[in-house]
Amino acid sequence: MNRSDHDAKHSQDSIELLLQSSLPRTPDDAAPARDLWPAVLRRFDEAPTAPPWFDWALLGGIVALAAAFPVSIPIFLYYL
Amino acid sequence: MPPSSTNVLDRFRQGDPDAFEAVFREYQASVYRWVLRIVHNAAAAEDLTIETFWRIYRAHARFEPARGFAAWARRIATHAALDWLRAHKNELVLNVELCADISGTQVTDPAVSAETRTKIAQAFARLPPGLRIAAALAVIEQQPQKEIAEALGISIAAVKLRVFRALRILRKDLEQQGIRP
Repeated sequence: MNRSDHDAKHSQDSIELLLQSSLPRTPDDAAPARDLWPAVLRRFDEAPTAPPWFDWALLGGIVALAAAFPVSIPIFLYYL
Repeated sequence: MPPSSTNVLDRFRQGDPDAFEAVFREYQASVYRWVLRIVHNAAAAEDLTIETFWRIYRAHARFEPARGFAAWARRIATHAALDWLRAHKNELVLNVELCADISGTQVTDPAVSAETRTKIAQAFARLPPGLRIAAALAVIEQQPQKEIAEALGISIAAVKLRVFRALRILRKDLEQQGIRP
């Protein structure tokens, strides 16, 4: 290990020590302050029922394709 | 892992809601701790735990029992936390006193003043989210590099590189503030 490598390693070690002495580590027994299951159930109820944007984009593409090439409609319906 | 877990995980994979609740009960604390280690914010960690399990339920059919639930959950939780860090990147969300409250410990190193700790925490919060996660888990939380790599979907060498880059940015940031590690 040359001098610059040694300095870089020393610098990294010192900043690691500084971080560890400044920011406390999360204890291994940390737990949520409340039961999160009811919130998970609420999250299910709040889940968006609208299709995601890429579904709309796909639909728009198909409509555009059908408008530009009406002959493709029976082919599309065949493969549905 | 309890003996019944394999059966429960199989039923969870098939979309059984009761099995999902059993899985949630068993893993919620470990998912919460993993997220808390990343975001260092108890309220956000609770919200992200809920979000993680929502994503887990939506992806239940893609779960591979052979790879283990805990590692899969950590990966989904890490992505949820990364999304959160990116969404809050302009806010200084890492607060030393808050961290101390969460951990139930006090930062007692007399060699580091409160002002310095705050500056370090703020500099840490300014790191790019991808680097910040690697540094938080590897340096502060001292988690196994293999678990960090799996959670981030990168190699162990890439984890080490991210940590190295994070510490280099941090050192420059602190030097600009007159703090020499």
